[in-house]
Amino acid sequence: MLKTDVVVIGAGAVGCAIARELSKYNVNVIVVDKNEDVGGDASKSNSAIIHTGYDAAPGTLESQLVVAANPMYDEITESLDVPFKRIGAILPAITDEQFSQLPAIKEKAFRNHVYDVEFKTGAELLEMEPELNPNVKGGLYIPRESIIDPFILVQALAENANVNGVEFMLGAKVTDIKTSNGKIESVVTTKGEIKTTYVINSAGLYCDEIAEMVGKADYKVVARKGQFYILDKNTSCQVNHIVLPIPTKVTKGKLMCPTIHGNMLVGPTAEDQPSKVDKSTSAEGLDSIATDVKNLVPDVNLRDTITQYSGLRPNRNPEGLNFNMYDDLAGYINLSGVRSTGLTLSVAMGKYVVEQMLYSGAPFTLKENFISKRKGIIKFSEQTPDVQDTLIKENPLYGNVICRCETITEAEIMQAIHRPIGAKSVDAVKRRVRAGMGRCQGGFCGPKVIEILARELGVKASDINKNNPGSYMVTGTTR
Amino acid sequence: MYNIKCDVAIIGGGPAGLAAAISAKEEGAQKVLIIERDNALGGILQQCIHPGFGLTRFNEELTGPEYYSRFADKANELGVDVLLNSMVLQIDSDKKEVSCVNSEYGLTKIEAGSIVLAMGCRERTRANIVIPGTRPAGIYTAGSAQRLVNRQNIMVGKKVVILGSGDIGMIMARRMSIEGAEVVMVVELMDYLAGLTRNRVQCLDDFGIPLKLAHTITKIEGNERVTGVYVAPVDENKKPIKEKEEFVECDTVLFSVGLIPENEITNKAGISINRITNGPVVNQYMQTSKSSVFACGNVVHVNDLVDNVSKESEQAGKYAARFAMGKFPKSKKEIPCITGRNVRYVCPHKIAISEEIEKTTLFFRVLAPEDNVKLIARCGEEIIAQKKEFRANPGEMCNLLVDTSKIAGDEITIEVVKED
Amino acid sequence: MKKEIICTVCPRGCHILVEGDEKSVFSAEGYSCKRGLEYANTEYLSPVRILTTTVKISGIDGDLLPVRSAKPLPKDKLSECMDIIKKTEVKLPVKRYDTVIADICGTGTDIVATKDIG
Repeated sequence: MLKTDVVVIGAGAVGCAIARELSKYNVNVIVVDKNEDVGGDASKSNSAIIHTGYDAAPGTLESQLVVAANPMYDEITESLDVPFKRIGAILPAITDEQFSQLPAIKEKAFRNHVYDVEFKTGAELLEMEPELNPNVKGGLYIPRESIIDPFILVQALAENANVNGVEFMLGAKVTDIKTSNGKIESVVTTKGEIKTTYVINSAGLYCDEIAEMVGKADYKVVARKGQFYILDKNTSCQVNHIVLPIPTKVTKGKLMCPTIHGNMLVGPTAEDQPSKVDKSTSAEGLDSIATDVKNLVPDVNLRDTITQYSGLRPNRNPEGLNFNMYDDLAGYINLSGVRSTGLTLSVAMGKYVVEQMLYSGAPFTLKENFISKRKGIIKFSEQTPDVQDTLIKENPLYGNVICRCETITEAEIMQAIHRPIGAKSVDAVKRRVRAGMGRCQGGFCGPKVIEILARELGVKASDINKNNPGSYMVTGTTR
Repeated sequence: MYNIKCDVAIIGGGPAGLAAAISAKEEGAQKVLIIERDNALGGILQQCIHPGFGLTRFNEELTGPEYYSRFADKANELGVDVLLNSMVLQIDSDKKEVSCVNSEYGLTKIEAGSIVLAMGCRERTRANIVIPGTRPAGIYTAGSAQRLVNRQNIMVGKKVVILGSGDIGMIMARRMSIEGAEVVMVVELMDYLAGLTRNRVQCLDDFGIPLKLAHTITKIEGNERVTGVYVAPVDENKKPIKEKEEFVECDTVLFSVGLIPENEITNKAGISINRITNGPVVNQYMQTSKSSVFACGNVVHVNDLVDNVSKESEQAGKYAARFAMGKFPKSKKEIPCITGRNVRYVCPHKIAISEEIEKTTLFFRVLAPEDNVKLIARCGEEIIAQKKEFRANPGEMCNLLVDTSKIAGDEITIEVVKED
Repeated sequence: MKKEIICTVCPRGCHILVEGDEKSVFSAEGYSCKRGLEYANTEYLSPVRILTTTVKISGIDGDLLPVRSAKPLPKDKLSECMDIIKKTEVKLPVKRYDTVIADICGTGTDIVATKDIG
């Protein structure tokens, strides 16, 4: 049986941030996830925004963590080489009724210790964002709302944890947690049993099912679907900020913002559903995005869409972000209600969880040789011609462009496959280097990526999955 | 950095690039260079192993490889230079410079006397037409599937539904059937066939594959691999009739829902693009809004017959060569080709009136199918070219041969009129 | 026996109704030209198709050799021909129009390469 000190269940943003934080200490950690890749669920399909927490419920753990997390991103994205931009958000009031709500929103921000929210006149907002509804009466500017590459964030946290000694057991579903005498004994997975002292449940959508295994499920996860559109980089109507609607009692509403790679993102819907696996988009949902966003940005051209997707936020019933340790179950830590703010607060949650473990007597000592920096894959398309030429001279595979839409070379795909926590599927390659994320959506590079993956992993093409097991890309050979 | 000098630089070694290269050479250009991203010439025709090419040009029914090989052999004979495995990143139309990457030479700069764009087109995707549902494995554009099956020895699925009755969709229906897959149905949004009737007969009817006209896929199901699709008839506004929706089991969905000229490089170079064709605006010399840059084939407008591509590309190659040699016809003015009744677009978009008397072919597509029609080109009230057709289909390019010396006035109108 | 044939000679796509038995055509209606009538006769009595597919290259997994029937084959023989083609392998080099399978299924027609490889 494998032995470790800490098992982290769930390799999403939160699980990987905790793992990376733990890797600063002399402690053995294994991260397990049922998916074949890190960041495979809620962390991959969201709005990719790093929030300030201006609109959180004041005084809650969620508010504390989001507000604490936002300023951490300058340093962490620099250290881990994660694409990140502080572009700021605007909250335009289109109707008089919306305009009258602005002071309350600003006051709430203040109570959340977000002090840099500013009032702007309609004219000022239109100057900042020319595509805005010209009827805008005024609004708020929230300068530290930011955009990030959510895939790279999770991969970077995982990779850095891994180079600092954390093991990742992917494609391993947790089937049981054994306890005895009020203590954690082991975690049973489909890839074997792991004897451990601590278990951290950061299983997101499935955290209630994990909690159930140790009898601590006093809540249920409610999947809240969010559907999105991604628009072509060359769409005619673009915004430079995160354009947020004034929230209603029912929903935070649908936004429009650029992605870190220059596409436009529009959405999301908010639909509670019983299924934790159904990530389908619907005609109704997509239509509702169109209607709502046109109130903010009338000329948004959704016909320029290159993809639509939906993600499931792991909401909690009863609501709210919860961190729990238990007197009658030593070593078990339960995180629940990590919802749409989960990506933002992940890095603060990492610190919070480890601090809580230390306070309650975990005997972790700091490592002397912690490697704090990580360098990402060099993106060919972002280099100057001279650097491009040098790259090809050093590694000729940089001269072989595989994804024409995003200009991704074979060298980048090879690195995605062979780096720590390497890509094993077509989508895992896509999330690492963006091959297939452009306007042709893998029509051109898809067949080549299957070929490269099969070659590099030494398997048949029919063994290559799009994403998780069962998502086989092709069925066999013709001859 | 590697530098190459040439008279005519041609981007793309498919049928358009090959025909342009040959005619540039024949026109007298010394050094003609094709820059091709693949490891061989032929472009998309390499995977089009089916017959149906060359009927107009060679009066023979050739397969894709046979068709392009004739051109590749000729290009080789004439001494056309070829740079394979090279992806063009950008062009500079003022400096007449092409930048490309190549594993062997690194970043490569090509200085040319003129440039021909022959990059072809790409396929419209499931996401472009917003088909809702999940995003499992087993969803391919027809062309990607064709590449996998015909060039990579890979079978994409066992039970297939195809959306779109374009030629590639129907040809893949036959191809998958021949290779042992079950093609459950071909679904077409319009109430008429998008591709050629011949393909319906030989690719669908021969294999007993049902064609569902005026239907669409309303939803894709399956979390890991496709498990099926919902198919519904559409009303006159092309909106699905939900009550008549039916579940169709399958493990693969192929999309053959249109092609889009590939103009990333063209756009970056600031060349004017026509909103209907999504390709560069050209005159009859296939010259774009930047005088040193020419364009031909599917990068200009999507063709149904490669024979037409070859013809149009020869024009581009010829005049690109003349431009490079300083022998380009001097034009007095350029007049627009206006789309008249039941005409969606005309290519070329403009005609340059020069001192040389030329005959030029105008290619155009109709908006809707129509029987017993007359195709007309006129200047004001005066008809300068006309011909009768039994039937005009949006999927089949029409053409008229026009004598430029007969053009009078400031525009030429192309129209399709109903004959009694 | 009556059979409706869609003519593929030109884009008009006439629907031609042919009546006949196994050996001859009695009547045809709905055609608009002589070529259409000829097409309908052939399509009724002995429909033929060009068969195109690929053949495995010995020792290579990825690349395939595209092939065709040198002449159209009887439609009802196509699937039998495919069974043979699927079992066939060729050795490189191959030149365009090299015979890959001679006289396939006794049809008198060869399966030939449509491309040079190697």
